[in-house]
Amino acid sequence: MQRRYFRLLASAAAIALSAPAAMAQELTIFWAEWDPANYLQELVNEYEAETGVVVTVETVPWQDFQTKAFTEFNAKGSAYDMIVGDSQWLGAASEGGHYVDLTEFFQANNLGEIMAPATVKYYAEYPANSQKYWAIPAEGDAVGWSYRKDWFEDPAEMEAFKAKYGYDLAVPQDWKHLIDIAEFFHRPDENRYGIAIYTDNSYDGLVMGVENALFSYGAELGDPNTYVVDGIINSDKAVEALEAYRKLYGFTPPGWSKTFFVENNQAITENLAAMSMNYFAFFPALVNPATNPNAANTGFFANPKGPYGDQYAALGGQGISIVSYSNNVEESYKFLEWFIQEDVQKRWAELGGYTAHAATLESAEFRNATPYNEAFFQTMFMVKDFWAVPEYAELLVAANQRWYPYIVGGEGTAKEALDALAADWTETFKKYGRLQ
Amino acid sequence: MADVITRLDPTSRAAARGFSDMTIRNLFIIPTIVFLIVFNVFPLIYSLWTAFTDYRASTAAAANFVGLANFRELLSDPDIWRNFTITAKYVVITVTGQVIVGFGLAMLLNRKIPLKGLITTLLLLPMMLSPAVVGLFWKLLYDPSFGIINYFLGLGKFEWLAQPQMALWAVALVDIWMWSPFVMLLSLAGLSAVPKHLYEAAEIDRAGPFYTFFRITLPLVAPILMIAIIFRTMEAFKTFDHAYILSTQPTTELIAIRLYKMAFLEWQTGMSSAFAYIVLIVVVAITNIYVKYLNKAKAR
Repeated sequence: MQRRYFRLLASAAAIALSAPAAMAQELTIFWAEWDPANYLQELVNEYEAETGVVVTVETVPWQDFQTKAFTEFNAKGSAYDMIVGDSQWLGAASEGGHYVDLTEFFQANNLGEIMAPATVKYYAEYPANSQKYWAIPAEGDAVGWSYRKDWFEDPAEMEAFKAKYGYDLAVPQDWKHLIDIAEFFHRPDENRYGIAIYTDNSYDGLVMGVENALFSYGAELGDPNTYVVDGIINSDKAVEALEAYRKLYGFTPPGWSKTFFVENNQAITENLAAMSMNYFAFFPALVNPATNPNAANTGFFANPKGPYGDQYAALGGQGISIVSYSNNVEESYKFLEWFIQEDVQKRWAELGGYTAHAATLESAEFRNATPYNEAFFQTMFMVKDFWAVPEYAELLVAANQRWYPYIVGGEGTAKEALDALAADWTETFKKYGRLQ
Repeated sequence: MADVITRLDPTSRAAARGFSDMTIRNLFIIPTIVFLIVFNVFPLIYSLWTAFTDYRASTAAAANFVGLANFRELLSDPDIWRNFTITAKYVVITVTGQVIVGFGLAMLLNRKIPLKGLITTLLLLPMMLSPAVVGLFWKLLYDPSFGIINYFLGLGKFEWLAQPQMALWAVALVDIWMWSPFVMLLSLAGLSAVPKHLYEAAEIDRAGPFYTFFRITLPLVAPILMIAIIFRTMEAFKTFDHAYILSTQPTTELIAIRLYKMAFLEWQTGMSSAFAYIVLIVVVAITNIYVKYLNKAKAR
């Protein structure tokens, strides 16, 4: 009896162990929980229909994305075959051995030419200018602006604005206009406010928002070749930029002290603010009448230029990388070969994904497809990003610690906040041997 | 006695299967010991080792022994001292608040009132909720536009969480709301154990309510109240969930939040292990002081 029982058990185990070999090939892509991940799932369903390979896009909330990804990397886990990782992870993930080196694949497929230059530089290459590539630009994204067209086009508002500021009320052409318009529409008594900006300092929200000001005011984070930051991140232009951002915070709705993409879209949908900063990836919800009652009256514009003529925007978006510990590296390469095809990239854009494919981006078809695509197209050729070194998280935490009390709490001066940050970053770069 | 413990009932099913007393004992004890070693003892020893290294879990680089460098760097970092100061302030505010509110509620409930059982159950509800959920709904209560707190207090658009100096008080208030019932529960147990004849004697002696409270009630409840204070101090030191959800102000960055950032955002594994040990030493030291007082109170 006992022998028979063990035989049955052994047979069941043998069947269970041999089952995966007989099952269809499966791939898992890890990403954060947001609309583009849903669009990607729709796209990869088409890959499954073509090839029979089942691809699942697994997601976690943004707040947990980095922690979950790196915990899995540290455990050398094979749960994910590919990951659509943040651009600033490139240094940590490549030096940590977590990403497969895609340089040969990149060059064989001429992706340096096919994809938009900024996306290649920031989503794929590490170290800078090394021509070593770790990801394929997948979801292009940057910080742009939405605004209430009906408020801007109201004749009474236009007249009052012109009388007060001496020029026409229109989409802001520079940061001075941006601040003026925010001030003009800031009417707490009417429950109407000037502007919605990022203030969440738990990850990169606040930093991306401030970068929009810094870069357009002609300031830089530091020297990417020497890692010298003192005199750069705390330059006069950087001080002006931080002061401008602080000024904008004064025109935000009440309770705007920890806000990111969700709240900034709500500022438009709930008639709170005249203008709102957000990643382009969140704009589809603003043109959908089901999610935005003001969809017909919502317009979009690229980050305006600063007082010295510089015009840049903070880069969002991600590249797709193969995880070194995947058991399906070859199959993942096949998927990437499919993903970079022009017709697939067009389909990706049709579904709502922000392609980084230069030809698709430049096509009139893409630029006219939505009210925000033109602004997105303009932005993707003027983006700059945060540090992508392995210790980027320490730099990010320091920036949050120094900027937040000044912007939200009104503590100290912009100069003090930036001097303190320069000292923090210098110390970090020295600690990791990048700066002597 | 030993015979009774070790002898197995020969008619039991275990005896029929041939299990000895020792086997049965081991079956119960070994899994627990293995669990403790794997999930408690090993991480404790391993993290002690990493505290003396420059290990970063996000990289494949080997850990290098750095001696006391992590401890030196942490203890000379003014930001870390700021975190400790904030946490100390938070612990004092919350534990004091919880003792006052919790003990006050216990005094109210330690008398004959209608629906006492229902009221006690309702008062206990906050401590049964998840701290993350508590953080999320208090965030709504504090909202300057539609939050009910500003509405009832007539504070207009007062920003509880955006003001650096007010944010810590706002976070502490949530902790007081959530954990006062815990102090209340323990105090209630202590109060109901005070012999009634002492109050009767005090009444005969025409002792006033203050005299009765300070000479009878408080001394007799003090040991159990001290236990509540020990538990709440240790917990308040470790506060993370609702504080992290409610505010990201540097003025509310408690040590647990700083530790989380260091360990899981910055991936400074060695440094964060050293930090965790410093926190552990502080908590053990404070607990020891309390235990000393507890023993003194018991002796009285």
